Amino acid sequence: MAAIRVEGLGRAFGDTVAVDEVSFEVGRGELFGLLGPNGAGKSTLVGMCCTLLRPTAGTATVSGHDIRAERAAVRGSIGVVFQETALDEELTGVENLVFHARLYGLSRARRRERVPEVLDLVDLADVADDTVDTYSGGMKRRLEIARGFLHEPAVLFLDEPTLGLDAGTRRDTWEYIRALNDRGVTVVMTTHYMEEADALCDRVAIMDNGAVVALDSPTQLKAGLGGDVVTVETADRVTGLPDRLRGVDWVRGVEVTGGGLGVTVDDGARRVANVVRLADEAGVTISAVDRRAPSLETVFLDLTGREVRAGGDSGLAEPAAVGGRGDELGAARASGPDGGE
Amino acid sequence: MSRLPVDLQGVYALWVRDITRFVRAPSQVVGALLTPLLFLVFLGTGFSGAAIPGIPEGVDYLQYIVPGVVGFTLLFGASFAGLAILADRDVGFLKEILVAPVSRTSIVLGRVAGGSTTALVQSLLILLLSIPLGFRVRRPLLAPLALVVLLLLAVTFVGFGIALASQFRDSQGFGILVQFAILPLFFLSGALYPLDQLPTVVQYLGLLNPLTYGVDALRGVLVGNAAYPLVVDFGALALGAVVMVVVGAALFERVEAG
Repeated sequence: MAAIRVEGLGRAFGDTVAVDEVSFEVGRGELFGLLGPNGAGKSTLVGMCCTLLRPTAGTATVSGHDIRAERAAVRGSIGVVFQETALDEELTGVENLVFHARLYGLSRARRRERVPEVLDLVDLADVADDTVDTYSGGMKRRLEIARGFLHEPAVLFLDEPTLGLDAGTRRDTWEYIRALNDRGVTVVMTTHYMEEADALCDRVAIMDNGAVVALDSPTQLKAGLGGDVVTVETADRVTGLPDRLRGVDWVRGVEVTGGGLGVTVDDGARRVANVVRLADEAGVTISAVDRRAPSLETVFLDLTGREVRAGGDSGLAEPAAVGGRGDELGAARASGPDGGE
Repeated sequence: MSRLPVDLQGVYALWVRDITRFVRAPSQVVGALLTPLLFLVFLGTGFSGAAIPGIPEGVDYLQYIVPGVVGFTLLFGASFAGLAILADRDVGFLKEILVAPVSRTSIVLGRVAGGSTTALVQSLLILLLSIPLGFRVRRPLLAPLALVVLLLLAVTFVGFGIALASQFRDSQGFGILVQFAILPLFFLSGALYPLDQLPTVVQYLGLLNPLTYGVDALRGVLVGNAAYPLVVDFGALALGAVVMVVVGAALFERVEAG
């Protein structure tokens, strides 16, 4: 049985379609990523799966429970870490966890066993009795991850789990997420960090405009591009070089750009020299060569014709820098009526 | 685990949280007591001995307004329960509560339990503080009944606060409305003067105000000069409490976390 089965699930806010009737499945024990820019509909999709938002189309089952008809059963079987901090900062770390344990109906004995266990798992045992307002951003995030896992949910939803964390803290957080997944919890996480999805997820659904535009393992998604791209900048005309390259068996594609060529090759590291040699033979003067291994970034570019973010940096992206689309729920752009069936 | 409409452990969790926060923020407790204390000191002593129309002879004005000011304290404290829900929304904590497998009714009951307890403690503190100012409990044997009155009042107004808060998206608009609503409720309750001194139409408004019956019942059990029979007071209070909690739960049911 699949951990999650999404069937034609959609949500519109007025005329704006945030999630456009998407369908997919997440297997048990999978670490599943929803990847896409802000406003793609990831948080709305997760919000519906958590029963916090009501769908306007389709439905989904989580651990076999329907998100429309069996809301309480769904809630009992999931853990959620929200995009924004959802801790009571006037309470201590332990008090936040005990509150959660009671809401989820854990027995006193079970609670006494689990609370120290999860605190230990995220290395917060030392500060467990400090109020949360003294915690750093990374510590708060860890406490929330521990809390999401406290009642041993079948599925754990993480909405942008590393948003706003510095690079080192993000990598630590990845380790905690992996550790949970290794214990058998199905993890569904949203992210707009390409390398985060690449490093962590077993499979990734790439979302854009409320639709899933691709779904596969990061390796397969990247392999789908055909190989590395060798970019050649030339001083003058490229004359016969494109045709010459197209005649070679290890070249998958050639694209003539403004200042040179983009050559897709099967094995970039070894082929750079060959490309240069062929250019020499064609009498083309090269001013610069660069090789780009396929990344989820280039996969997204290939699928949508757009960069995920204006800047290449992925560590400090802020909503404003992500194309100015703003809030995930409120500002999802309208997509065409083509998604309906 | 949450088949029952009421999940007692969930209610308890919310109650413990409210009490913990209350105990940890003594400045808020003291702050909430300042306004009622000013009423007591300045009105109670200022008008002491004055002949106020409608007040039974032989009842000192301080004796008359202590139940009223205690009721006001409760109103003031209870209004914070609604505010607490919106503050939780502001900081994101409401989502943690809403995504848990407990019914909305349990959440409302938990909040009512927490808010009522804190409001009750505050109003009892004012009652205690009024004693050094000269307030005398005339009917000590009935005094425990005052607790029941205060509890019913607290439940009523916390329920009211939750019903109101569920209609707002942020705490600012709600805060303004509450500031605006508290004084008319106070003035239209017979807390400071008997309602029959007011124009007839306004008197009817006063009769719809649960605080009217609460203040009157407090006078009945503490001072011994109630305007209405205690049965009427308690009946009205119980009805008010049930109606407000049901309405609060019904309106809160529709709250979305987005």
